[in-house]
Amino acid sequence: MKRRTALKLTTLAAALSVAGLGAAQAQDVIRIGAAAPKTGGLAGGAEVTHWPAIRLWVEQTNAAGGLQLDSGPATIELIEYDDQTNPQQTIQAVTRLATQDQVDLILSPYGTGLNLAAAPIFDRLGYPQLSVTNITDQMPQLSQQFPNMFFTLGTTSAFAEDTVRLLAEMRDAGQVGNRVAMVNVADAFGIELATVARGVLAEEGFELVYDSSYPLGTQDLSTVVDGARNSNPDAFIAWSYPPDSFAITEQAMIQDFDVPFYYTAVGTPFPAYWGRFGEAANNILGPGGVNADDPRFQEFAAAHQELMGQGPDYWASATTYASMEILGQAIEDIGSVDRDAIAQHLRENTYDTVLGPISFNENNNNEAFWTVGQWQDGVFRGVASRGREGAVEVRLKEGWD
Amino acid sequence: MSATDYRNLAISAGLVGLVALMPFYASGYVMTLAVTVAMFTVLATSWALFSGPTHYISLATAAFYGLGAYITGLGIDHLPYWTLPLIAGVAGAIVAALVGVATLRLSGVYFVIFTLGLAELIRQLVTFAQVQAGRQGFYVLTSISETMIYWQLVALAAVVWLVGWLIWRSRLGFALRIIGNDETVARHSGINTAQAKVLLFMVPGAAAAIVGAIMAPRYVYIEPSMAFGPILSFQVVIMALLGGTRRLWGPIAGVIPFTLLWEVISGNMPNQTYLLLGVAFLLIVYVLPGGFVGLYEKALHRWREGRAA
Amino acid sequence: MFIIITGLLLGGTYALIAMGLNLQYGVARIMNLANGEILVAGGLAAFWVYTAGQVSPILALFLVAPVAFAVNWLLYRIMLEPLVLRAKSRGALEVDSILATFGLSFIMIGIALMIYGGGYFNYSYLSTRVQIFDSSFALNRVVAFALAALIALALWLWLSFTRPGMTLRAVAVSPENARLVGIDVRRVSALAFALGGAITAMGGALISMFVTLDASTDGVIFTMKALIIVIMGGVGDIRGTVIAALLLGIAETAVGALISPGLTLAAAYVLFLLVLLFRPQGLFGRTTL
Repeated sequence: MKRRTALKLTTLAAALSVAGLGAAQAQDVIRIGAAAPKTGGLAGGAEVTHWPAIRLWVEQTNAAGGLQLDSGPATIELIEYDDQTNPQQTIQAVTRLATQDQVDLILSPYGTGLNLAAAPIFDRLGYPQLSVTNITDQMPQLSQQFPNMFFTLGTTSAFAEDTVRLLAEMRDAGQVGNRVAMVNVADAFGIELATVARGVLAEEGFELVYDSSYPLGTQDLSTVVDGARNSNPDAFIAWSYPPDSFAITEQAMIQDFDVPFYYTAVGTPFPAYWGRFGEAANNILGPGGVNADDPRFQEFAAAHQELMGQGPDYWASATTYASMEILGQAIEDIGSVDRDAIAQHLRENTYDTVLGPISFNENNNNEAFWTVGQWQDGVFRGVASRGREGAVEVRLKEGWD
Repeated sequence: MSATDYRNLAISAGLVGLVALMPFYASGYVMTLAVTVAMFTVLATSWALFSGPTHYISLATAAFYGLGAYITGLGIDHLPYWTLPLIAGVAGAIVAALVGVATLRLSGVYFVIFTLGLAELIRQLVTFAQVQAGRQGFYVLTSISETMIYWQLVALAAVVWLVGWLIWRSRLGFALRIIGNDETVARHSGINTAQAKVLLFMVPGAAAAIVGAIMAPRYVYIEPSMAFGPILSFQVVIMALLGGTRRLWGPIAGVIPFTLLWEVISGNMPNQTYLLLGVAFLLIVYVLPGGFVGLYEKALHRWREGRAA
Repeated sequence: MFIIITGLLLGGTYALIAMGLNLQYGVARIMNLANGEILVAGGLAAFWVYTAGQVSPILALFLVAPVAFAVNWLLYRIMLEPLVLRAKSRGALEVDSILATFGLSFIMIGIALMIYGGGYFNYSYLSTRVQIFDSSFALNRVVAFALAALIALALWLWLSFTRPGMTLRAVAVSPENARLVGIDVRRVSALAFALGGAITAMGGALISMFVTLDASTDGVIFTMKALIIVIMGGVGDIRGTVIAALLLGIAETAVGALISPGLTLAAAYVLFLLVLLFRPQGLFGRTTL
């Protein structure tokens, strides 16, 4: 039981391991820490959405001479950790960033669960947590418990409601019928969205002819698609994750599951989705979307392609980038990296971002966001939003060929 | 109990007391690590209590841990917090007994595979139940601080050590040592091997469930893919074997260096934690079959021989 | 009908996964828990040759198989043979080989992450429609099934009617007796292990046509499935493995279609547990190849 000595060794080892970094710290560098998945279940999504957007902003900001502080310009140093999609590691990495690397700011992790797991640590260490890929309906409770936690991507209810409302509008216009098939991945995200959607579907008088869930990590989704198809629906909604969004769509193509309203969730706005299905993906609906005609988005997309070697996704990439812009603007406005001042600044100001203006309400929530998008000739355009401009007319899906 | 026993107990109690005072002098970062160390100490020590003498490699830790986390998630809004770890412990022991009765007749690789699948099976069932209930994960919003979690874990570790020590001295411990050496001999000499194994399997089951219940407030949000993450089971096995299972203090001798190494590697070469885990496994098989305990025993043996000569 | 055909197609891919493991466990006595990672490696290799050079994954088999054979042969000779030689009993060998191959699997994940990163991998090849009995199926699944059947048949013929195949079976039945009749057990074990690895990697290459893979999480899922099938079918019994794989495929599909897709994995584990408890020697209860 040489626990005590060993723990002293811990401190020593940890101190040694960061000594190199610590020595480099100077006044003209702002140190920003990030802990998010590079391995594990969510790594695939984070490599598309999270990391490239952050690195892009850091690269661009540094190329432009850094941020202007009262003490002069300061460049950004980004410190990245892999949390292995494991909340235990997220907590440890965030703590390490705060206490060992002594970074000035910490970026919120990736994925709802990990964002929430990190919330108490951000709160205790006194870092504002500007979360992006974090969709929940618990914002009032969370912002009360963690006053410096902010939300940018929207609420669960908004995504489910807007999708169903869009469908209702199309039905009322006589474009689609009344029968809906819905499937969801059986984890927090899928279950919560399906539950809300079920309620709104009933409210709007839809007939739910197929309603099923499948476990996370299911490799073979042909029975799910077959079940949905056999129920003869007019609309299909899948609250899915990236691998399943691809697999379901592939099966739908093969079984010629032809509905005028076809929706798959996370992964649908990835450029790889169009890359995989091409023209067949035309008029497929999914969460998010952007105003693709906005020159600011186009500029962002072009830079993302050029500097990161891949296009942004048409949902949270731009929001992740916008969260960086917000932090940058707050820091320049204050003139220093004062974390309490930044949190206060976030509550009080409106920021000019790649998505348009962003501000936070009394629950620390950004109320303007895209909710439904659609692939239209190679671009995933927003067709429904809360308080965002530039939505395009939704189109009907016409077969797969 | 002999005088040595009393002396050992007193020393151990003193050390536990010292460790428990850590929050008063350690920094936040060290405390976060200390919580991890304390958590794995409980898990690896209780794992070794069963797997050490029986040579059954159990990969069920994540299953029980997740069970405990879920009990906190389910109960936090309805019951006082202090009851939850107790309920988790009882539930863990019951599930362990059921699993034990069903599978401990199996030996070797079959048992390993079943326990590996168990966490997955429970996860699927929990997920399915949640879908039916139309509920997602659970929010555990409490004011329980890291220090409180730490103290609970240290107390639990002390209990596990005490239980291990008592088992070691008991008839049950004797029976298990014989099973480990030769199950047939054990059976022939009138030991109810199945019963002994099931009883002992309940210890890591209950301990892991309690740890899950204690750790849940730290995660704020409990969902199946996190609560039942299989990597935890592997980490526990590797730490226990690295330390060595032949002595009660063996696992912790594995937990501390492994946790520190893991931390240094995740800090500096974040992509290489899998490599570390892999190399540690190979190290145990090819270089350190008895773990650090084996190394220590060998050194002790040599030293004594040297003195005798 | 749809359930049966979908189940058979799924079972065909399961058979590929499990056959390799069965050779490794049945003949070489190594419970290879890195089997799933070998499979993922085969899949990533096929992905790589397809995206880099537009080489068909089926042609890629001719590259993947010999490479996997060589790598697995080396693995056996360098890593696993010392364990076999030092093991005092079959039980001790099992514990050692489980730990060593766990280590191997994590090392392989680490290497795959270094090379490929943590992202998803998929590509579109032969994902066109085929009509069978009024239902549509993906051509790539049908092709994978046909190739799986071909590989299984070839393996079975080779084991049954050739001399090296017979020595393999002899070792599977009893390494001690095989040694007595002059079989070089170490060489045959290495051969079986390498062959098993090659078949698994080929399975990975075929599966990558229709399954989205990632480097860090998929291996263990495939290992589990393969283990379930091998144990259901009986260790060392290739025909049993194929039948068990098809049964598992149909059972999972039936549960998914008739009860709930949410219970497919749970059904697989329950089936596995029942077999373990009531027929631990496998459904078909023989231990010959």
